[in-house]
Amino acid sequence: MSAPIDLPKWADTVLVPAVSVVAAFFVAGMVVVGIGENPLTATRLLLEGSVGTGEGLGFTLFYTTNFIFTGLAVAVAYHAGLFNIGAEGQATLGGLGAALVLLNLSFLPGFLLIPVGILGAAAFGALWGAIPGYLQAKRGSHIVITTIMFNWLASVLIVYLLVNVLREPTNMNPETKAFPAQSQIPFMHEVFAAFGVEIAPSQLNLTFVLALAAAYAIWLLIYRSRLGYAIRTVGFNPTAAVYAGISPARITVIAMVLSGALAGGLAVNELMGYQHRLLLEFTSGYGFVGIAVALMGRAHPLGIILASLLFGILYQGGAELAFEQPAITRDMVVVIGGIIILFAGALEGLFRRLVARALMPAMRQARA
Amino acid sequence: MLPAIQLHAINKRFGEVHANKDVNLTVERGTIHGIVGENGAGKSTLMSILYGFYEADSGEIRVNGKPVSIRSPNDAISVGIGMVHQHFMLVETLTVVENVMLGAEGGVMLRGGEAKVRAELARLSSDYGLEIAPDAIVGDLSVGLQQRVEILKALYRGADILILDEPTAVLTPAEADALFELLRALRAQGKTVVLITHKLREIMAVTDRVSVMRRGEMVATVETKHTSPPELAELMVGRRVLLRVEKAEREPGAPLLEVQNLSVIDSRGVLRVANASLNVCAGEIVGIAGVAGNGQSELLEALAGMRQPVLGTIKFEGCEVRFDQHNPHGMRKLGLLHVPEDRLRMGLVSAFPAFESAVLGFTDDPRLGAGPFLDHDRMIADLTAKMEAYDVRPRAPRLKSSKFSGGNQQKIVLAREIERNPKVLLVGQPTRGVDIGAIEFIHRRLIALRDAGVGILLVSVELDEIMNLSDRILTMCGGQITGERKANETNEQDLGLLMAGVTEQAA
Repeated sequence: MSAPIDLPKWADTVLVPAVSVVAAFFVAGMVVVGIGENPLTATRLLLEGSVGTGEGLGFTLFYTTNFIFTGLAVAVAYHAGLFNIGAEGQATLGGLGAALVLLNLSFLPGFLLIPVGILGAAAFGALWGAIPGYLQAKRGSHIVITTIMFNWLASVLIVYLLVNVLREPTNMNPETKAFPAQSQIPFMHEVFAAFGVEIAPSQLNLTFVLALAAAYAIWLLIYRSRLGYAIRTVGFNPTAAVYAGISPARITVIAMVLSGALAGGLAVNELMGYQHRLLLEFTSGYGFVGIAVALMGRAHPLGIILASLLFGILYQGGAELAFEQPAITRDMVVVIGGIIILFAGALEGLFRRLVARALMPAMRQARA
Repeated sequence: MLPAIQLHAINKRFGEVHANKDVNLTVERGTIHGIVGENGAGKSTLMSILYGFYEADSGEIRVNGKPVSIRSPNDAISVGIGMVHQHFMLVETLTVVENVMLGAEGGVMLRGGEAKVRAELARLSSDYGLEIAPDAIVGDLSVGLQQRVEILKALYRGADILILDEPTAVLTPAEADALFELLRALRAQGKTVVLITHKLREIMAVTDRVSVMRRGEMVATVETKHTSPPELAELMVGRRVLLRVEKAEREPGAPLLEVQNLSVIDSRGVLRVANASLNVCAGEIVGIAGVAGNGQSELLEALAGMRQPVLGTIKFEGCEVRFDQHNPHGMRKLGLLHVPEDRLRMGLVSAFPAFESAVLGFTDDPRLGAGPFLDHDRMIADLTAKMEAYDVRPRAPRLKSSKFSGGNQQKIVLAREIERNPKVLLVGQPTRGVDIGAIEFIHRRLIALRDAGVGILLVSVELDEIMNLSDRILTMCGGQITGERKANETNEQDLGLLMAGVTEQAA
């Protein structure tokens, strides 16, 4: 038993995460020292590669877009008390949905085809989230187990479909033919060029704006709407929800539908915005990192955007770092990411205590 | 003889809250010493400091005259202090012997320790008349017997000073009497007992001396035989309180809620309410007395539409409640509102700011915001007005629900339900964990509501409360309604028998 730690809100939302990240970088720096490299050089390379150049920043924000979608997906389920491990599979199905729509409705003009493609991605992702949601709500099958299984089902299904059904007969790779040209979401450098502003070309596309809009919409939904109220009630206290006349089963399914649809956003960014075809393993772990993003962002959309940016920097800067300093491999960068997750997520309580102790004299003085 | 416990100038702060301010306390050896105070007065904090859960910011503890430093429960045990918690710390799947042994196994192998425990248990049982089967599974024992296992655990560890935290909250009146017998036997053997409670009747019945705490301070220590419940209540609250609310006789109006042969099973398929029939008329308070866990909770939940009964009919204002109306929304629409028994598990969402908890169950109301959205400014303004009317402290609608004291949380829930103009109000345990000052307020509100013509069904495990407020009293035992009495034609013994299942025919 220990006394609850009460911190002012600014300390809770800004100071504690900042201290965690600094501590994580410090420990990661020690690891870099351990393999005989200079951590300051490594940090400089990491930051230069991710935010130092226009191109690097473009790639960083491209990854950020992926993390925002998967982070929001995990967060919405989390608010309903559900741990959705299945963003990976839901995004995979989202890719299938987008591909089916785009390849079959290629006669539509772009301004119709793009929204319909996005809806296709969201709908298929939602469906893949809804089934575990339904099983949890009606059969009590634990959502963690079912969503993990659905990740495997999704990956097996997509392999089968790409190898046997969707592949062009002439193509040796398990991928579809290219999406129709009018369905491709414009790259950011193209958009800027249209207004006469030149920025460095990168994968970054307009989906980034969609991700920010989605974050705002989810904030409105969770914190300002009746449905969000019901979702949070179920998440915090299902008994109170029953008392209030809110059906936890119904909310469970709705939250998983929303969660799956958001995970579909990953497919929109990766496929409609960049690859322009459906291919294997385009989700490459973003769904799982979304869990860390949501935890670090405390399931709040603004926190998720910031955490996504951090992970975007790590991804892009890490790739540059591995390239410039071969001693620091990609695996090393993964280790650094892991340390950040560990510090920001698991050890948060430790830092809360430290911050509280450091602030205590100031708080006492403020009272007196 | 040196006192068993001396606390000198104990201070403890939790953030903004000064939970103990320069507290002094002396407990003489071989006495039963009561500590009373409202919720949040600092009694539990003080005892937690004595038992080593918290460390005091400053102050001195002496046990048997010697200054001691108690930093953990182990330190407390080593100086002879034992504690029996309100929520038992027992492993239900283990036997009595195994539970007593837990944490004092005496070596890697159990056999040696077990023999020692058995011998010691036999001695303690004969010394104090504690009848308990050493090989019984703890989960099978009644709550009263489980409490004895807790006491045995403390005694086995050599406790000379026993702290009991609200020990009677979970006991029937008869079990409470048996506990008091045991405490007297302990005193006769020279043990010292510290009893924390908010029930003044128990203080009067069993203690030698009583200390009163208010807002973190020790305001008085008096000889029990020289004081009275009204005096103690006044010391606790800091002003005169009425322990009994005045209410005028009133003829009840037309029946509003009529329940016929209602049976309810729980999620495990156990019959919790058996063939219950009752009615509630306009302008009357019907009390349901019973020991906790005899079907009252399930009855309330079934009436509120949270559970589907397996049998029976419910009529509201003369019309049978249809199946599609029998859910929390439908019943609310009819005018049947519900103050649930357990406000933290059901009545509020403790992580929500108060203004969000204050609309729980009513978010469909179009006045709370347009379209799919809730208008926070309007919700805050609404709760601010209610906080004023119900004297909720602090008046902070944005504060987290869990940060309010029990009494203030209950006022928030009551305000939410009462201000929606119910026709029938179901009220479960309205004053559980609520301090005396707020109890008086809540009782007045309920009486005013009854005088305004609302039908109230009151469930409470506090017999005093039932007898004080009700016009008519029903007793429940084992899911059945075992009797009905007019409030002014019955007494505690009579109701106690009915609550124990001695039905009219048998009696």
